[in-house]
Amino acid sequence: MSDLKTQSGRNETSVMNRSVLTRLLAGKLKSEEAVIGGIGNSNFDLWASGQRPQNFYMLGSMGLATPIALGVAIAQPQRKVFALDGDGSILMQLGALGTVAAEAAKNLAIIIWDNGLYQITGSQKTLTSSGTDLVAMARGAGIAQSYWAFDEAHFESLVDRTLSEDGPWFIGARVDGEKPAGTTERDPVKIRLNFMQGLGVKP
Amino acid sequence: MSSSQTDETWYGVVARVLKANNVSLVAYIPDNVLAPLIELIHADPYFTVICPAREEEAVAIVAGAYMAGQRGIALMQTSGFATIPNALASLICPYEIPFLMMISERGTLGDFQKGQAIVCRTMRPVLQSLGIEHFAIQDMGQLEFAVDGMVKQAFATQAPAAIILSPLLTKRVAA
Repeated sequence: MSDLKTQSGRNETSVMNRSVLTRLLAGKLKSEEAVIGGIGNSNFDLWASGQRPQNFYMLGSMGLATPIALGVAIAQPQRKVFALDGDGSILMQLGALGTVAAEAAKNLAIIIWDNGLYQITGSQKTLTSSGTDLVAMARGAGIAQSYWAFDEAHFESLVDRTLSEDGPWFIGARVDGEKPAGTTERDPVKIRLNFMQGLGVKP
Repeated sequence: MSSSQTDETWYGVVARVLKANNVSLVAYIPDNVLAPLIELIHADPYFTVICPAREEEAVAIVAGAYMAGQRGIALMQTSGFATIPNALASLICPYEIPFLMMISERGTLGDFQKGQAIVCRTMRPVLQSLGIEHFAIQDMGQLEFAVDGMVKQAFATQAPAAIILSPLLTKRVAA
């Protein structure tokens, strides 16, 4: 992997597809890693990638995928934890990046799908479409290992690093405006109980 | 041991009852009234203490930790509570997560800030409309029973609870 590529900004990266990247990620999860899917298309594509018992699907509370993942990471420091969220979501809760940095959560990786759109509400533009660089913000918040995924191969190599090296990590991936590959079943209590069972926790 | 028979402080009782109930994660947003409790919890290695930037984060951190097997509580003041109704209504309530919050009540019984007074009036209507168990503790005689009972009920019934600390408890000089 070229480290130079990791220094590129948002404008130098390929535009990829969220469903494809989510499946690439899911295919690499062999150790019951926890995954928190943010509201909307982030968790729809997570659902479509296969309903692992260690997946948690958010049906509301926009912006809170990262702090939910941080809570899981703190409670189970031996388990790797991923937060998958959209650019519009994380823009609502940027302070959470500072909290993750302050906690130095070694087992946490944040992956942001950045299409520059509030896709699910009618594809209105988000701030990233006019120049806000979320990877730069994450690095500025104190998450030193913050990178744009340059292309699919680079995304895979970054995910491999999150699985083998200490975090916290922040990966930004530019994605297109294609529809998600599925829709999450909407039963919050069932989602929670399945997730807790997947984490080996009795309610 | 009853706290009324000792010189134990309100914050000492709270920390002791949290420990007795295995509530070991504390996420807080600073508040002057809560300061002695915050100081005590920071000094006690039993507690994992998280200091997020915003109350919504505290809600989500405690919720995530609960699902991963660690009990926690969020500390905030009244104005902080006013920032979290969406997180309560769309995460805590529908997923039936036993989210504990301890709220120091500002804006009543002698506050001089008009904004605090107005935001205070939004707290109970929000709690009531979401059906969230809440009780304002007013004196040391109620403290241990109320905190212990609310914590136990929250986990037994998989429901959130708002433990409100009235100025009658935290600011009144004992008679």
